[in-house]
Amino acid sequence: MSTLEIKNLHASVETPEGTKQILKGVDLTINSGETHAIMGPNGSGKSTLAYSLAGHPKYEITEGSVTLDGEDVLAMSVDERAKAGMFLAMQYPVEVPGVSVSNFLRTAKTAIDGEAPKLRTWVKDVKKSMDDLRMDSSFAERNVNEGFSGGEKKRHEILQMELLAPKIAVLDETDSGLDVDALRIVSEGVNRVKDNTGLGIMLITHYTRILKYIQPDFVHVFVNGQIAEQGGRELADRLEAEGYDRFLASA
Amino acid sequence: MTVTDHSRATADAAHTHGLGTPTPDASRADRPTSFDVDAFAVPTGREEEWRFSPLKDIKPMLADQAADGHLEWDVPALPAGVTLTEVSPADARERSVRAPGDRASAVAAAHASGAMALTIAPNTVVDEPIQITVTGRGEDVRGHLLVEAGASSEATVIIERRGTATYSEFVSVDLADNAGLNLVLLQLWDEDAVHAGEVVARLGRDSRLRGSVVTLGGKAVRLNTSAAFAGEGASVDLFGLYFADSGQHQEHQLFVDHAVPRCTSRVTYKGALAGATARTVWIGDVLIRKEAEETDTYELNRNLVLTDGARADSVPNLEIETGEIAGAGHASATGRFDDEQMFYLRSRGISEEEARKLVVRGFFADLIQEIGVPTVEESLMKAIDLELEHVNEELAEEHA
Ligand SMILES: Nc1ncnc2c1ncn2[C@@H]1O[C@H](COP(=O)(O)OP(=O)(O)OP(=O)(O)O)[C@@H](O)[C@H]1O
Ligand SMILES: [Mg+2]
Repeated sequence: MSTLEIKNLHASVETPEGTKQILKGVDLTINSGETHAIMGPNGSGKSTLAYSLAGHPKYEITEGSVTLDGEDVLAMSVDERAKAGMFLAMQYPVEVPGVSVSNFLRTAKTAIDGEAPKLRTWVKDVKKSMDDLRMDSSFAERNVNEGFSGGEKKRHEILQMELLAPKIAVLDETDSGLDVDALRIVSEGVNRVKDNTGLGIMLITHYTRILKYIQPDFVHVFVNGQIAEQGGRELADRLEAEGYDRFLASA
Repeated sequence: MTVTDHSRATADAAHTHGLGTPTPDASRADRPTSFDVDAFAVPTGREEEWRFSPLKDIKPMLADQAADGHLEWDVPALPAGVTLTEVSPADARERSVRAPGDRASAVAAAHASGAMALTIAPNTVVDEPIQITVTGRGEDVRGHLLVEAGASSEATVIIERRGTATYSEFVSVDLADNAGLNLVLLQLWDEDAVHAGEVVARLGRDSRLRGSVVTLGGKAVRLNTSAAFAGEGASVDLFGLYFADSGQHQEHQLFVDHAVPRCTSRVTYKGALAGATARTVWIGDVLIRKEAEETDTYELNRNLVLTDGARADSVPNLEIETGEIAGAGHASATGRFDDEQMFYLRSRGISEEEARKLVVRGFFADLIQEIGVPTVEESLMKAIDLELEHVNEELAEEHA
């Protein structure tokens, strides 16, 4: 059982026009086995929250705290956070030329576990996970994200999540840009990992469509760098029908 | 038709084309060659072939005067059919495939007082690589070397340069008809060595040259390689790998001269740069003359900039005088291992050092496999890891 606790998190970014405050006091607790959907308009700071949790150097934490099972996440380096059990599926996964997917996965797995995985089971695990995500085995020899379609990149993110088995995963718009088939495959992947490992999930999304496949336990409305309202599944349906106007007017 | 493009990369301008230096409108074929030092003026740094070069370091090797130093040669027992002999100055000139192409090289030939000749007799097939190590003892050295591969011979020759020296050389590589030669030149100098070299190869009919150049060491290394086809059906593969740290200048100029029909050339050079004052230059000229019908050529240069400030210049230049070619192309790209890539890898638990290693090893892996000598391939991967350790130390100091 793990708990990620975000308290009063403030983050800013340096822009040519000066320091810009983006996160303005985020409070959120995610336990193992829970799925929290975060929904909010463009530019409200959802990705910033995701990056801040992962430790992206661009974002400066100016106030607040983040702990994972009591450990200070903000004091950890980017790779230490991953080793502690955090995972971020990125909205825009990065291409890494010259590094094959299989080499990348093995290196990451070795780093996270602190020892190289047993070759035989590892090869089998990778193959099974790729099959389940309908990724052709040729992807293993391709360079990380290089020339991948949008949907392939997202599947590759979930592949990593499955193999690295984190405690808490942040999925930043993993559903955006996917057609229905791909959405189903990716969602099944997420559910499978959740069933197998019981991880906690922060699911950032614009669309309620994914919530047909992945059942959220909580829905949070994210507006202007804060959580403006929380509820259950029904809140998502209301957002779908009404949009964010009600929140933006008051923001 | 002349196609030139120029890419240059620094940390802040990752890749630009067509930077304001003039395209050489004179054909590459017009450059003089001579054993007479006076045929070449002392370069000012404005010449096309010198404009990127560290003339301050190279200057001592441009003076028309003797140098009294030597390199130590460590030569294994040579297999039957292979000899290494000293050659008189007159013979050395006579047996060179052509005269030197610039002043540094002309000075090297003029003051080497003869040459060392590595000769592989016709029809000799040597299975094991011939590994020669030359070591500098901090002296000023001029050298002239002949590598002669007899008709239908087959051999791999590795020449490894170590230690330190102020060293200039003229290397002539002669492939007789149907010869196959794999020549590997390893520049593993200590960090204060200065090296200016010209390697000129002539390829006889149906011959095959695989020429690999690896430059890791030295303060300044400027290595010009030319390959000229003298008979039809020959092919040349020129591979290069370089890794420049702070304070290092590594320059590789290439010229492939397609003067006869139906020959193939491939030039593949890759370099990594790390450290604020790391500097690399690659100039790749390919000339396809009117007679050279059905030529097939491709040249590629890729650079990977690992840290702020390092600068890579890359200038491919393709001159085509016939419409009857099988294929001709070039590519030049300089990329940065950027913060986003680093973040992505680290967010998967991979440490900063390991991330850099992953990317650099990946960048060089296919090239290293092309060298075709397993022992060299292995030691190169180790040498690259060692380079990376330096980079990590340097970066750690910067952060501190
Ligand atoms: N590196 C940056 N430099 C400048 N501004 C930034 C930077 N990162 C984020 N911002 C700004 O911060 C705000 C929040 O951006 P963020 O990407 O977190 O929004 P988001 O909620 O994820 O939006 P979307 O739904 O479009 O993905 C935006 O106004 C954005 O332009
Ligand atoms: Mg976003």
